[in-house]
Amino acid sequence: MTSLPISLTVNGHRHELEVDPRVTLLDLLRERLDLTGTKKGCDRGQCGACTVLVDGKRINSCLALALSHDGAEVLTIEGVAHGEELHPVQAAFISHDGFQCGFCTPGQIMSTLGLIAEGQAGNDPERIREGLSGNICRCAAYGGIVEAVLEAQEQLAKANRRTAA
Amino acid sequence: MTLELSFNQQPGHLRQGSSIGQPLTRRDGFLKVTGAARYAADNHPPGTLYAVLAVASIARGRVASLDVEAAKAHSGVVEVMTPRNRPALATDPDAKDHPFMFRLDLLQNDQVRYPNQSIAVVIAETLEAATEGAALLSPRYEALPARVGLDGAKSFVPRGVGVGNPAVQEKGDVEAGLKSAKTRIEASYETPAQYHNAMEPHAIVAAWDGDRLSIDTPSQGLAMAQGRIAGLFGIPPQNVHIRSPFLGGGFGSKGMISGPQVLGILAARLVGRPVKLVLRREQMFGPVGHRAPTRQTLRMGMDGEGRLTAIDHRAKTASSTFDDFFEPAADASHTLYASPAIATSHEAVRLDTGTPLFMRAPGEATGSIALESAIDEAAHACGMDPLEFRLKNYAEVEPMTGKPFSSKALRECYSQAAKAFGWASRPLQPRLMRDADGFLTGWGLGTATFPALMFQAEARAVLRADGSGLMETGAQDMGQGAWTAFAQIAADGLGLDIDQVDFRAGSSDLPNAGIAGGSGHTATAGMAIHNAGAAVIARLADLATGNEASPLFGAGNEGVVARGGRLYRRDDENRSESYGEILTRAGLIEIEGHGTGAPDPAFQEAYAKHAHGAVFAEVKVDPDFGQIRVTRLVGAFAAGRVINPRLVRSQYYGGMIWGVSFALHEEAITDRRSGRIQNANLAEYHVPVNADVPSVEAILVHEDDPYVNALGIKGVGEIGVTGTAGAVANAVWHATGVRPRRFPIRIEDLLG
Repeated sequence: MTSLPISLTVNGHRHELEVDPRVTLLDLLRERLDLTGTKKGCDRGQCGACTVLVDGKRINSCLALALSHDGAEVLTIEGVAHGEELHPVQAAFISHDGFQCGFCTPGQIMSTLGLIAEGQAGNDPERIREGLSGNICRCAAYGGIVEAVLEAQEQLAKANRRTAA
Repeated sequence: MTLELSFNQQPGHLRQGSSIGQPLTRRDGFLKVTGAARYAADNHPPGTLYAVLAVASIARGRVASLDVEAAKAHSGVVEVMTPRNRPALATDPDAKDHPFMFRLDLLQNDQVRYPNQSIAVVIAETLEAATEGAALLSPRYEALPARVGLDGAKSFVPRGVGVGNPAVQEKGDVEAGLKSAKTRIEASYETPAQYHNAMEPHAIVAAWDGDRLSIDTPSQGLAMAQGRIAGLFGIPPQNVHIRSPFLGGGFGSKGMISGPQVLGILAARLVGRPVKLVLRREQMFGPVGHRAPTRQTLRMGMDGEGRLTAIDHRAKTASSTFDDFFEPAADASHTLYASPAIATSHEAVRLDTGTPLFMRAPGEATGSIALESAIDEAAHACGMDPLEFRLKNYAEVEPMTGKPFSSKALRECYSQAAKAFGWASRPLQPRLMRDADGFLTGWGLGTATFPALMFQAEARAVLRADGSGLMETGAQDMGQGAWTAFAQIAADGLGLDIDQVDFRAGSSDLPNAGIAGGSGHTATAGMAIHNAGAAVIARLADLATGNEASPLFGAGNEGVVARGGRLYRRDDENRSESYGEILTRAGLIEIEGHGTGAPDPAFQEAYAKHAHGAVFAEVKVDPDFGQIRVTRLVGAFAAGRVINPRLVRSQYYGGMIWGVSFALHEEAITDRRSGRIQNANLAEYHVPVNADVPSVEAILVHEDDPYVNALGIKGVGEIGVTGTAGAVANAVWHATGVRPRRFPIRIEDLLG
């Protein structure tokens, strides 16, 4: 298959790549850029393990052909923390035990970041549950996930208030 | 969700230290929330090729042809592995030396014995080329009619069920008990085939170096997998190195090495390069096990007081046409309710399906939903509250064997959960409660139980002159929290702060930790760790108490206690010495000790050992559309000693939500014409998503068990599924007056 050129910015790093048109964004991240934090659970947009942010919006990267995102900015789980300093969402997932096996966790966290950016969930657990229902957790750590999202939003709001002040 | 932590920490249990019982967060948490935790498929040794399975789209017959040339002609395809060129194996994959050696499909011939069976492997430079190559094989089949469903073949009585339990067991005279009863019920229930569907598909990265094999693959039982692979390839087990630091869920499906994983190893051998093979989600519906369907009939008799006079529990289930695993559903009636007469029996059919296997609470989950539904019917037939009825038939000794329980705090579970739930105000009759929006509301109860099992494990402990420690055991963490709980046990066993202990696990070159299954891993490997710690501390104590230069001289091993990196004289805490001082004086860089974990045969024989729990569920049902929502779950569980209440609670939550899933969501549907599974994907095979999950509360009931093992640990991984599924079913009855007879409960069952 003839490869085609593509330019992608992933976690702030720009990549110029030649890509087989069949390659999904997920497989590009995992198999070519060694960003294996993003997981493949179903490869058909049903489980959410592959969730990443593309230009700030959460998508299932398994359903996205890499070529169709030429020029895009991608944020994966590897780009969320600053070194050893975790993002409030990541820290809250640990403190509320919002995962067990951890396989869906990168997707849950990226979906949470997307949800928070969408500004729709607020502090209503019911809306958080609904907004994160595209991300399956077979270990069923759902309760901890919702608590983590609530706490992280509180932490982020506090941080924003500090910044504003 | 309640997050009140109760510290189940009895000083009497603690030999040393204080890590056990603390609600530590997961020690692997940082790796998991940053994407740095490497699961099997995340590995990519240099030169790795991609292997993709081609799988059968028929249930039974043979592969008549494969267009290997077309696949090989595709750019990037390196090789196609079929029965013709598959490298030779040292043993027949259809050989079965013992009941836990399951037959594998490794391209040994052209026969198809279930849908999604592997029929070829395409190996290519890229995943895309391998995927397209597999599609180009365009298989043609000679298909035979598929045998489908519990009435699809001739029934027989299996030689054994589950892990070798007798298929038929009886205590007392059940027919006489039924005859003498004042009230009788008889009820049948059907449970579907379910598939584990761990989020992480089975994956393997395999690399050969001569006759040495290096593997990354998720495994719940590293030593067993190592032995199985070594046997198949005719190489010594120590030549097989398996790394499995993180499993993306297992639930039983990664207990045994599966056929596709071995095909990855064969592919690597064929092409002489490392190979990565990852199952597609739909390919997980066949070769990696499932929970078999059941049809269960229960008959119960009760005297005028509501006491059981007889329980008869019959189960019909299915295995594959070529191997044996029989879901021991009826055995659930052996342990929970006192009755002078109990009979359990199993029959089975053989179907054109992959071989069923252990799936979280195998037998207990299927049996529990039927038993708890029937108990609820029996209570209603006697005009009794379901909790009162269960207490009336409370088993003071194990009903089937008459053995005393090693411990049983079930009464406390009932009372604490009932109180937290508000059960006392429940009306006896169904269909009497509505919420403000007019939804029918129902409350149901189920009793949870799971045996406290132990297997065999080994551990190695090291104390170093720099004051740190090391604990090694090949334990497996599939999400239950082994990295954390075992480090806690290790810290206490070594008398060190947890941050002073290196804990190594998840690799087959470490001491055999046994299997992460049967809810027995924490007890088994935990005891090995505990004993290894004791062994190395005893050596250290020898060095100190036998040396005149030590302030501990003459205290004797029993006369010292290890804590915080020091040995103290038991009768004079002012006399102590650090580990480093003791080792340095002895001129040693480090010392080591070994420990094993295994059940004590004497206690095994003398006591019945089970964890128990009680689960209360609230459901709301739309009176017009029949839609069911679980709105509240409260469970209380007594499972011996709790190593880490935060992680244990998560296990209970997960198990309880699996119970909800059993009652309302999960079902693999087989097409009766083709024998194929129609919903082999995560959109149509329903598992709970976040919006399906109600408020869940898990209460940790204190329980001391002096018999199960020295640490008093039972196990928590599976019990939550039991009890919960029945509680939800019973709540649906209480809401609607309709008794669910098949699971998952469907809207149409509640209408009309």
